[in-house]
Amino acid sequence: MATEKEKIITTSDVHLFYGKTEALKGISLDFNKNEITALIGPSGCGKSTYLRTLNRMNDLIPNVTITGTVKLGTQNIYAPDTDVVELRKDVGMVFQQPLPFPFSIYDNVIYGLRLAGVKDRQVLDQAVETSLKQAAVWDDVKDKLHESALSLSGGQQQRVCIARVLAAKPKVILMDEPTSALDPISTAKIENMLLELRDDYTIILVTHSMHQASRISDRTAFFLQGELIEADATKKIFMDPSKKQTEDYITGRFG
Amino acid sequence: MDPIKESLLKTSKAAKKEKKGKLISEFCIALIIIAVVAIFYFVASKGLATFFTNKINLWDFLTKTDWNPGVKDSHGHPEVGALPMIVGSFGVTFLSAIVATPFAIGTAIFMTEISPKRGYRIMQPVTELLVGIPSVVYGFIGLSVVVPFIRRTFGGSGFGILSGTFVLFVMILPTVTSMSVDALKAVPRHYREASLALGATRWQTIYRVVLRAATPGILTGIVFGMARAFGEALAVQMVIGNAALLPKNLISPASTLTSVLTSGIGNTVMGSLQNNALWSLALLLLLMSLFFNLVVRWIGKRGAVK
Repeated sequence: MATEKEKIITTSDVHLFYGKTEALKGISLDFNKNEITALIGPSGCGKSTYLRTLNRMNDLIPNVTITGTVKLGTQNIYAPDTDVVELRKDVGMVFQQPLPFPFSIYDNVIYGLRLAGVKDRQVLDQAVETSLKQAAVWDDVKDKLHESALSLSGGQQQRVCIARVLAAKPKVILMDEPTSALDPISTAKIENMLLELRDDYTIILVTHSMHQASRISDRTAFFLQGELIEADATKKIFMDPSKKQTEDYITGRFG
Repeated sequence: MDPIKESLLKTSKAAKKEKKGKLISEFCIALIIIAVVAIFYFVASKGLATFFTNKINLWDFLTKTDWNPGVKDSHGHPEVGALPMIVGSFGVTFLSAIVATPFAIGTAIFMTEISPKRGYRIMQPVTELLVGIPSVVYGFIGLSVVVPFIRRTFGGSGFGILSGTFVLFVMILPTVTSMSVDALKAVPRHYREASLALGATRWQTIYRVVLRAATPGILTGIVFGMARAFGEALAVQMVIGNAALLPKNLISPASTLTSVLTSGIGNTVMGSLQNNALWSLALLLLLMSLFFNLVVRWIGKRGAVK
């Protein structure tokens, strides 16, 4: 590689146990700033679990043990003095189910700002407009900001959920199969949006769609049975993978 | 006739069974509907007799404060002012709901959000037990514990709306709690995750998302609790003092629609004004529980649309 890019998240030797079952077997993977990294692999390979270690969402599940280090910048996020709430403000997350809160669209988007104690109407209005525009859903909802977000279509709801994360101004956005419940048109809109967001955010995306990974990601990491098989530039992974298992999976000759 | 046509035209065994089952359930529904209609008709015909047969003014009934149907006042009208009972009933109902709601929501939050395992193991049997205790036991405890306590603390006889409130508070607590628990449990786990992922603390998640999403369900629980408090007769009767007077304060003897009904219905002659006046109280009770039901349905509908 010509220039070494700035790394925003570095993980080394991450093991995760559900009780006694080892779900992640020593993952070491780094993420470059302002890039989209796709995590691919078959169901149950640990890619979602790994994603959720990056903002400590696995803390919510009982009986989970995590070893190894995950650093955001230079801070180990599993260090005892790390404030999980602050961490999650820096590392936002979009889930698979497009499920906004049962509030108005406006209240959904400003949720993160309200938590931060922002009360100024003008700031909030501005944030709502900016984030909804960034999430490519402003034109769909600008006339009904105060209607329930649940009245929107699935694709619109997911974009409102993304706007909700964007409004909180995270540094990194984790996305757990954000388009797997959506139709192709909504998916295309979200993919285009992600390419634009890359300039301001670092995006880590779990996806089942090989096409999606190849279309929008800069780097791709292939997981299999709790192990990281290979991580490289997306072109390299899809054109000339160095591991046999990666090639088998990508060409669909898996199993 | 070819065999396929023959088999298609014949009613199968399963279809016959289906028909029979449908008939039985339709019969059961009809029976219940008839019972409900009959009760309404009976109570209404008796309760309205006060106004149509005995020519009592409905407005007087609702606003006059003297209750003594056997006695005529200076103008020769019978004294059937139900206001003291109406005030008493609404008083104990609203006060007990106001006192019970924070406790119920707090308990429900503890059971679902803070400590689901331990909370459930302890609180589930407790709430079930509280529901199962007969109301006469509540009344008896109220009579021997609450009434003396109020008498010592606030003076007076100890009988009154305050004692009724305390007893009803304990009685409706399990209803409101268990319905609040159901409402909180029905909030998708995903809402909590999404909120935490946005950098909310657990407490922020509870009061900004979970409680807000569960509000229709919790309100339904409160209204159910109020309906129970409004309709409770025995326990209230034992502690409220049973004086058909407009309560001057929370510790002066008062009465509710139900307490007057239970104490009076056995001592009146069917068809007399005294008896009809009691039926009018019953009609008022029935209309109120109908109203509570409508409120619950209305809340449910609004919650569903949201």
